[in-house]
Amino acid sequence: MSSTEIERQWTTRLRHRAAGKLPPEKLLPDTQPSYVSSWIYVFGVATLASLILVIATGCILALRGPSWWHGSFIGHFVNSLHLWSVEVFFFAMVVHLWGKFFMGAWRGGRTATWMTGVVTFLASLMTAFTGYVSQSNFDSQWISTQAKDGINATGGGAYFNVLNMGQMLMWHIVLLPLVAVILTAVHVILVRMKGVVPPYDDAASATSAATTEGATK
Amino acid sequence: MSTTRFRPDVDAPEYKGGYSPYDIIKEGTIAIVVVGILVVLLAVVFGSPDEPAITIKKWSNAAPIDFATTALSELNGTSLSASYGAPYNHNGPGQQLGPLALARWVGVRIPINSANDFVINPLRSQPNNPVLKASLTAWEKARASTRSTWVANYTKVAGRMTFTHGNVVVPATNAGPVPVLINDLTHMARTGALDTALLSGNGFYTTDYTKPLLFIADGSYLGSLAQKQHMLGDQWGMMNETGSYPGQPWLWLYTFWYQVPPMNSSHSGDLEVFAIMIVLTLVLFFLPLIPGLRAIPRKVKLYRVIWREHYRDT
Repeated sequence: MSSTEIERQWTTRLRHRAAGKLPPEKLLPDTQPSYVSSWIYVFGVATLASLILVIATGCILALRGPSWWHGSFIGHFVNSLHLWSVEVFFFAMVVHLWGKFFMGAWRGGRTATWMTGVVTFLASLMTAFTGYVSQSNFDSQWISTQAKDGINATGGGAYFNVLNMGQMLMWHIVLLPLVAVILTAVHVILVRMKGVVPPYDDAASATSAATTEGATK
Repeated sequence: MSTTRFRPDVDAPEYKGGYSPYDIIKEGTIAIVVVGILVVLLAVVFGSPDEPAITIKKWSNAAPIDFATTALSELNGTSLSASYGAPYNHNGPGQQLGPLALARWVGVRIPINSANDFVINPLRSQPNNPVLKASLTAWEKARASTRSTWVANYTKVAGRMTFTHGNVVVPATNAGPVPVLINDLTHMARTGALDTALLSGNGFYTTDYTKPLLFIADGSYLGSLAQKQHMLGDQWGMMNETGSYPGQPWLWLYTFWYQVPPMNSSHSGDLEVFAIMIVLTLVLFFLPLIPGLRAIPRKVKLYRVIWREHYRDT
């Protein structure tokens, strides 16, 4: 087999492309720009850390089935861990989102990073919601019977039946976590590829404003 | 010049400053440990809510009149389920936003016939009751107009319904088999048999609680319990959960729209709220591309607090 033939292989091409876009020193950096020194950066990492805990506690609940936590002290405690890791996850994610907004984190070709973050947030909302309606307790009875009207009004209730606990549980533990984790991975890879957005350059902004005014006049 | 002009809300300046050591693996590990400790502390101190689900048995024993009245509303077609429209039946217009009638366009995909599914079919499963059997036969053989007359006559005096010595008593005349049907369904519910009958429609195994949940939600007992738990729509409904737990505060904006006119009293309030949230979500998604909105952070200048060390050093 010639070297040209090897270079033409899909696998070789994909490896070269991936290594070019995301070399190891970008994926696992050992330095970072000095401006990355603010408490706001903690919340992105905290979001990822709490997501790992959400998945871990969810997996433990899945091991014993959907009714385990109702009648077992250990099960109920694991459920409490699951609940609070979700609460911390959303708190960290919302602060992260607002922080990124006020940093204008889409600048410098980072629009896709922003957009994947927004979609991840939506997927997380749906994952949490399906968790609430598949708890099989009073909360899930009330929340599902109220939420059905909103979803039915869009036509979606015909296919996404919040009163069907089995369907909601499957969405909660398989489909939506898969989507959320894949989106999170894409989001993090984009962050590593593009790097952390640099601070606004006030001088450049002022120059730009002057240029615009001059052009208008 | 315009092609190379720096756009402060779109472009990022080239960073020419210094770099600091950064151990991403160590940082991630510390984050997991710290968040893990925080979560364990919260779980130990606060636990989690688990208010038991209510059953039809519990409902009919706690509030037999409410149960019997709800059963009647399934027969006379006035319950929420009976008059819902799509996706359950064709008995209601459904919600509409201008020309958009999305649910109606999708159609009936989860068919619910309230009278048959919640009253008649469950009663058929009751054995060894000749009076009930005769009443069901009379119901089935009667014309639709006759049934309507019976149900209407019963409904007229249903306000005087009492629950005496374990029986639903209504001073109805010319109501045909309706008094027996309502009374026997109440008996059935109070033994727990109706919970099973509504679930077993699909065979032995089931995870679909659509029918019992629709029936329970048609009564006022579930809502009265939810009100005590501050979970009604005008109490910021879905984002709350039982007890004093935080619930889903991330749904605050969605829930907010239900608190303000016209959505809080509109027949199509759910669809209107969804429409607002879809627009706002699209704005959030496309924010980097929207002039004016994407300039907000630069004009607010909160970034100078976030990167205060950077600006101080430069």
